[in-house]
Amino acid sequence: MDLSFGIEYTNFREEVKGFIDQHQDKQPSATTESMTAIEWQKLLIDNGYHSRTIPKEYGGFGAEPDIIKSRIIAEEFSRARINTGLGGQGISMLVPVLLEMGSEEQKQQFIRSTIGGEMVWCQGYSEPGAGSDLASLTTKAELDGDEWVINGQKIWTSTAQLADWIFCLVRTEPEASKHQGISFLLFDMKTQGIEVRPLVDMTGSANFNEVFFTDVRVPKDQIVGKRGQGWQVANAILGHERGSLAPPEAAKSRLEGVIRLMQSETIGGEKVIDNPVFRDRLMSIQGRVLAMQFNDMRLFSARINKGQSAGMAGIIVKLMGTELRHELEALAIDAMGEIGLSYEDNPYIRGEGSWQYLYMYFLGLIIGGGTSQIQKNIISERGLGMPKEPKVDAK
Amino acid sequence: MEFGLSQEQIMLQDMTNKYLAEQVSLERVRKVVSSEISDEEIWQELTELGIPGLMIPEANGGVGLGALDAAVIAECLAYHVTPSAFLSSAVMAPVALIAAGKDELLAAIAAGEQRVGIAFGETIGARREAGIAVIGSVLSGKCLFVLDSQADHYLIADKDKNLYLVAASAQGLQRNNLTTVDKTRTTCELVLDQVEAEVISNDPAVYTRSLDLGRVMQAADTLGAAQSMLDQSVVYAKQREQFNRVIASFQAVKHMCADMVANLEPCRSLVWYAAHAMDQVPEEARLMACHTKAHLSEVGKAVAKTATEVHGGMGFTDLVGLHYWFKRIGANRQLLGSPELLRNEAAKIQGFV
Repeated sequence: MDLSFGIEYTNFREEVKGFIDQHQDKQPSATTESMTAIEWQKLLIDNGYHSRTIPKEYGGFGAEPDIIKSRIIAEEFSRARINTGLGGQGISMLVPVLLEMGSEEQKQQFIRSTIGGEMVWCQGYSEPGAGSDLASLTTKAELDGDEWVINGQKIWTSTAQLADWIFCLVRTEPEASKHQGISFLLFDMKTQGIEVRPLVDMTGSANFNEVFFTDVRVPKDQIVGKRGQGWQVANAILGHERGSLAPPEAAKSRLEGVIRLMQSETIGGEKVIDNPVFRDRLMSIQGRVLAMQFNDMRLFSARINKGQSAGMAGIIVKLMGTELRHELEALAIDAMGEIGLSYEDNPYIRGEGSWQYLYMYFLGLIIGGGTSQIQKNIISERGLGMPKEPKVDAK
Repeated sequence: MEFGLSQEQIMLQDMTNKYLAEQVSLERVRKVVSSEISDEEIWQELTELGIPGLMIPEANGGVGLGALDAAVIAECLAYHVTPSAFLSSAVMAPVALIAAGKDELLAAIAAGEQRVGIAFGETIGARREAGIAVIGSVLSGKCLFVLDSQADHYLIADKDKNLYLVAASAQGLQRNNLTTVDKTRTTCELVLDQVEAEVISNDPAVYTRSLDLGRVMQAADTLGAAQSMLDQSVVYAKQREQFNRVIASFQAVKHMCADMVANLEPCRSLVWYAAHAMDQVPEEARLMACHTKAHLSEVGKAVAKTATEVHGGMGFTDLVGLHYWFKRIGANRQLLGSPELLRNEAAKIQGFV
């Protein structure tokens, strides 16, 4: 057990802190003095605090991959509560895929504008009939001359109303088995035949959309990988998404919020934290947050010390992390009692309504990105080597 | 940076597990439980591995290893439900004996010649039947659920966290076995009638370190016992057939096993860090010890129940013997502080009470 990073990294941490001290006043905010989100993003990339390992020729900073440095950047930005730059599915999911599987032209065309924030993407995967069983998707693309003609419907498409382009799974090989018949296409959301309808969810916001395709014509070369390889491409990105849905650092920071809340809120004149039942629930959640934090350190350590086994530590993170956050937000609501019901314009609202919003939002994350039940199938089948449920013959 | 076990610790773990798998079969555990053989026989074998002296300095004939090494051993011992005095003689007693410079007794523990039981009940959730009165260094009263009913000496805490050493043979001391559900480790009551004791420590920090270290080891013990129950469940589910299928192919059974993995795997990192903190991060040691034992107690309880259910009716029988692990986890939960007491202590440490 050695939890020190060494002198090189101590120096690097000082560099990061220096940058934050010097520039934190310029981060995007409502004031006129501040930078726009795009200008801030450029400043971060130029200094190696965003898109750090993306090659310079594609608009990144071009540093060698060093996950300790990446972690130090994340830790220091989080500690200082500094804007970490742009995110979204284009940056976090599409860019890694293009780097690995895209053609040279695709890398040139899309990476720089995506990480720079000029090009916003959405992800077209799930369909009304293809949720947990994503590979059964039926949106089809047929080749007509030099163009794909796309017909079908996607659902759960976040940011579709804002997106410039979409990366989309479509069925191109109807004769092939369900996993071999899918392709990964990129296309402009302004193309004729695309209709976006917002999907209001239980939080009251439209975090997702439905997207309808009617004879949408897309140039033949806008495909990543070969025809029929789309499933492998999609799985590479889903792996990327799952681990990042519920980072333990965020849970720790929300827990500190619950503690502050319980220290300031009162029930019948008594501070909530002085109530032994609530205090016990708080300590119970704190124990679980600690377990997930050290689980994350073990995973991180296994990544830097190749060959060290992380056992099952990785495969359980999505399941445990999202369930924990849901319960953590619930504790804050219970601690507030009726006040905890406040929402939207209620004048008694606490934390800008974030406790109720995230309580519901994390239920969405328990379901999205592979439901908790799908996670348990993965843990038992891939982790424990238990057999799959026997297949029922297709109708 | 390396979060995890070192190469040496992995070797220690492999060696200990290999030894226990060969020498401490469930059949042998049953013989100890039914008093056919004494747990002293196994303790002598563990002495050859250096286990009693694991945390005792080399100058006193021990191995001089740290808390994380001891946690590794605790996990191995519980994985094989090994009857042993590890928690009391090898972990908790040496802390106080080292601080007091009891070189001869330390050497005797390391050599497997003497065992020291632990009687801290006075300071942890004392119940109405118990209570110790101290006049000078003379003790009277009763200690309940004292660890190790076969020990040669006992380390007794009074309510002010002072520590005293008494010989099991001391005049005025009566020792009665207390049967508990967990028969792989023994407990007893000590009835003291003006027993002359040796003052070992007046420093509450010595008591606290001994207690915290004990709590981390119990968490590691629960980790090992729960991991064994999980592993046994997966093996059983892959063999047992019903409705012409192995039951491991039923989603209901798979999800029970997945729940056990998902809850237990983060516990491993928690135990590692809590043990590491005992030696290297003193400002976090107390909080980590409380949280780790409390959390492991909750996860252990859930795993113990679920693993028994995966085995169906066989899990309920003495024949399969899964209950030895179930009961060991149950004992770890109550001894040295139940989860509710520990969470309250965790809140106190952080100034929330």
